[in-house]
Amino acid sequence: MIPAPFDYVRADDAAAALAALGEHGDEAKLLAGGQSLLPLMKLRLAMPSVVVDVSHATDLRYVRTDGDALAIGALTRHCDVAADKTVRQELPMLAHVAELVGDPQVRHRGTIGGSVAHSDPSADLPTALVALGASYVVQGPSGERVVPADEFATGFLETVLEPDELLTEVRVPLGVAGWGYEKFTRRAIDWATVAVAAVRRDGETRIALANMGPTVLRAAAAERALATGAGTADAAGSADEETEPGNDVTASSDYRRHLARVLTGRALAAASA
Amino acid sequence: MKLSLTVNGTQHDIDVEPRTLLVHALRDTLDLTATNIGCDTTSCGACTVLVDGESVKSCTVLAASVAGQSVTTMEGLAQGDTWHAVQQGFRDCHGLQCGFCTPGMVMAAVSLLAENPKPTADDVRHGLEGNLCRCTGYHNIVAAVLSAAEASK
Repeated sequence: MIPAPFDYVRADDAAAALAALGEHGDEAKLLAGGQSLLPLMKLRLAMPSVVVDVSHATDLRYVRTDGDALAIGALTRHCDVAADKTVRQELPMLAHVAELVGDPQVRHRGTIGGSVAHSDPSADLPTALVALGASYVVQGPSGERVVPADEFATGFLETVLEPDELLTEVRVPLGVAGWGYEKFTRRAIDWATVAVAAVRRDGETRIALANMGPTVLRAAAAERALATGAGTADAAGSADEETEPGNDVTASSDYRRHLARVLTGRALAAASA
Repeated sequence: MKLSLTVNGTQHDIDVEPRTLLVHALRDTLDLTATNIGCDTTSCGACTVLVDGESVKSCTVLAASVAGQSVTTMEGLAQGDTWHAVQQGFRDCHGLQCGFCTPGMVMAAVSLLAENPKPTADDVRHGLEGNLCRCTGYHNIVAAVLSAAEASK
């Protein structure tokens, strides 16, 4: 399978990428690691007329502590997030989840910003980042804006990003008191049938669900239950409320609801331990 | 578009369409056919090659994206008549049956051992999770990689 023809522009830093997006607008698609975009292009589900290759924009590849947050450049690869000493020490959940993405080959190419911008509801990193209360730094022609992770996705593979905007940085607040990440797959390298991320900090617990709707979702009912003093088992029982899981070859929607409840129980137990 | 690809230490100046995938540049343009196309969907790992020493699935990388980087295929592993330790391990341990997955398995194993020179059997199984053997001959593949690690000490 070969993608439909396109013009290729290589942008080796953020400024060049923004200039290329400004010139080509919504005809253009950014190529980071390409581990989600190229499969879509090979199936002709995506047919951009211009591909802006940012995979060599090394100014967007970094991990640094910035006040009470960790700042991760959008083009930092999964393997680099997983191996980074600061991530492993300060946000071990993020290192753990980066290591669950795809397989070693995919992690050598795929980037955290690419995964976030692609916004697949079954993807691990966006799910973890919603639970971690991350925010995304977005640059456009009129400057910079910061979008909270749980306001970023607007629909299946759709986000608040405008065609001339570039996701440049993922910011994750430090100070996690406890966490759990539970991913269910039938085969090692599969996308999550369902995954649940739970993060406890400042006496509050956030729960994010992968593949329980068109976007990553918060388990709002379960979070409310915990906030009003319910035990983890009772809270987990409401994890699938207000979700709309799909029916597909991997699992029925009822089975996904069951998984969401069971995996939330396990993630909450891990986060409280 | 004109590209300069360095493959197995040799620089090649080629002229291909921008949509050319790395695996097609290797097989069709450079006639390096050790790298196989299996699933063509980033699942099976038969097309695994190294880019700057790290394993990638060459069916899911544009040739243009690795211009200027160093690509290694199965053809580039042996030094003259001396096989790479992983190749020798696969021979010694009978780490292949039909052989279709072998180039990808070997390249993935080379990358794995570069990152983790002393893996456990469990590390090897997880490290090769991106490579499928349609003969299901995993037992001897794991033994082959462990043998290569032992021989490389």
